[in-house]
Amino acid sequence: MISIIINIFPYAIAFTIPLLITALGGLFSERSGVVNIGLEGLMVVGSFAAAAVTVALAPSLGPGAVWVGLLAAVAAGALFSLLHAFASINLNADQVISGTAINMIAGALTVFIARTFTGSGNIQLEMGVPRVDIPGLDAIPFLGPLFFHKTYATTWIVLALLGLLSFVLYKTPFGLRLRACGEHPQAADSAGIRVRRIRYAAVAISGALAGLGGAIILVTYSGQFNGSVAGLGFLALAALIFGQWKPWGILGACFFFGFAATLANASQAEPALHVIPDVVLKVFPYVMTLLALVLLSKRSQAPRASGQPFEPGKR
Amino acid sequence: MNFQVNNKALLVGVSAVVLGLLAGALLMLVTGNDPFQGYQYLFAGGLMNGERIGNTLAMATPLILTGLSVAFAFRTGLFNIGAAGQALIGGLVATAIGLTFAWPKPLLLPVVLLGSAVGGGLWAWVSGWMKARFNVHEVVSTIMLNWIAYWITYYIVPAYFKGQFETESRIIPQASSLKVDWMTNLFSGSYLNLGIFVALAAVVVTSIILNRTVLGYRLKAVGYNRFAAEYAGIHVSRHIVASMTVAGALAGLAGATLYVGYASSIQIGVLPSIGLDGIAVALLASNSPLGVMGSAVFFGVLESGKGFMNAMTKIPPEVGDTIIATIIYFAATSVLIERLFTKWGKRKPRGDRT
Repeated sequence: MISIIINIFPYAIAFTIPLLITALGGLFSERSGVVNIGLEGLMVVGSFAAAAVTVALAPSLGPGAVWVGLLAAVAAGALFSLLHAFASINLNADQVISGTAINMIAGALTVFIARTFTGSGNIQLEMGVPRVDIPGLDAIPFLGPLFFHKTYATTWIVLALLGLLSFVLYKTPFGLRLRACGEHPQAADSAGIRVRRIRYAAVAISGALAGLGGAIILVTYSGQFNGSVAGLGFLALAALIFGQWKPWGILGACFFFGFAATLANASQAEPALHVIPDVVLKVFPYVMTLLALVLLSKRSQAPRASGQPFEPGKR
Repeated sequence: MNFQVNNKALLVGVSAVVLGLLAGALLMLVTGNDPFQGYQYLFAGGLMNGERIGNTLAMATPLILTGLSVAFAFRTGLFNIGAAGQALIGGLVATAIGLTFAWPKPLLLPVVLLGSAVGGGLWAWVSGWMKARFNVHEVVSTIMLNWIAYWITYYIVPAYFKGQFETESRIIPQASSLKVDWMTNLFSGSYLNLGIFVALAAVVVTSIILNRTVLGYRLKAVGYNRFAAEYAGIHVSRHIVASMTVAGALAGLAGATLYVGYASSIQIGVLPSIGLDGIAVALLASNSPLGVMGSAVFFGVLESGKGFMNAMTKIPPEVGDTIIATIIYFAATSVLIERLFTKWGKRKPRGDRT
């Protein structure tokens, strides 16, 4: 059993990290009162931007191109999310529909552009981010191989971001204002907070983080852009709810999903897992989310104004 | 009054289509292609001859049904983003029945259709029940159910109905297919099948339910204001479950027209795109059943014409999906279009308005 855990743990973490950063993006958007169902599409945009920039710069920059690609993904995600912000903040559009449109545009447009340049619609990456052993810590028995052996640099970046983002959300004036906009925008407005501006910032942050999430999938375990992130954006949304709109809850939910998904993928290689039918392992995260939603329904911590357009005159 | 509302919806719909097509043209221009030529081939590919018109209608058939599914739920204030999963389950049930029972066609086909409707309906019922009983948002539950449907199909098909390849089921027998010889011949060998009549019947039935029955009145009342409806004595949770179940049944039928009509086997590893496209169809139609029919046919033209356009020019076929997605965005931001039109309206002197 322990050997199975040690074997699949690095994969589980690799799967968890992009999910985590995307769900944190969703957290910022929803805590400000804007439902962002377009996370999936924003991840695709990030993955595309990272792939295109990395491939374009690889000849001149070498291995450093990956990092420029990640930055490009952040910028592209933030820019693309402004479409959603404009629709849902300025035009009071139905946020779920606008987010669905974002998903559809992203999937079609990126493949369209990729096909124009490469002919196939896929972009193959020759390199990813390097994997490093953390010196000293990887010698710790049991925990060393679990957490500090052959880790992706992006993993540590995302974990640092987790700390930074929860600090911003809970300990800074900006974070307080952002949460106020998601709970009671009219009250926030009367206290002099510019609700629309805060919401724009929050949606742009969510786009940047989702873009980064999509790019991390690309530079770690996938290595290829193909116009899809296989529903991970939606899973991030589920993790956001499962984690009850709190950063550390989201970390737990994402790790749970990451572990469950990896367990399902590893079941072919691990004879000990053959007792459980594959299909049970595969649907496990989704069924658990449904169950959790039912159990948590009585005391849901959802931001109260999430999904509602801001109308200053309304009480 | 009613007429005016429809006019406005039509205006917004047409504007969204025009803007979407303009965005597509811009994309073609930017990537160094001739948009006039592109659109010429796109529409020729959808409408050039009998076979292509037949294929367009065959492509539109499941879109009409998923469009109705989304529109019906919308009228009760529910967003059915799970039409893909419901269609997949409906198609799975239809395929399973078709491959299991060796009955004569007139007996088997109704059972296949009924089975798909029941399968899709039950799948959506779960979301409706969770919404009504536990206030679980239907957007999240239907997304989860989409993936559960995806994985269930992924394992059931190879285990019980494995065909020539690992990724698809056996070809269904002629007796359980919605394809019939006279229709195939009438449209010179196209994919058009009896499904189109199912879809048209569904348009009529949902239109009657929504506009002419007490049930429809109550469903819409729940959609307009669920608290006012409750105060008026309408059993809100029961109507939420009913609306979601009907929506699921419609999507299930869409799955049947896709997998045992348009195609002859079910593929694993893909969520059918008709789910998301159904949202587009419903949105463009402002959730009116008749409008759904029109916009589904329009999207059918784009879907079936894009292959031809890709063959004749260098324009990638994804331009079709991009146009559809852009149309949705403009339909979602219809406020913008409405504002523009009111501005233009105001600019005219008052005497001109009649």
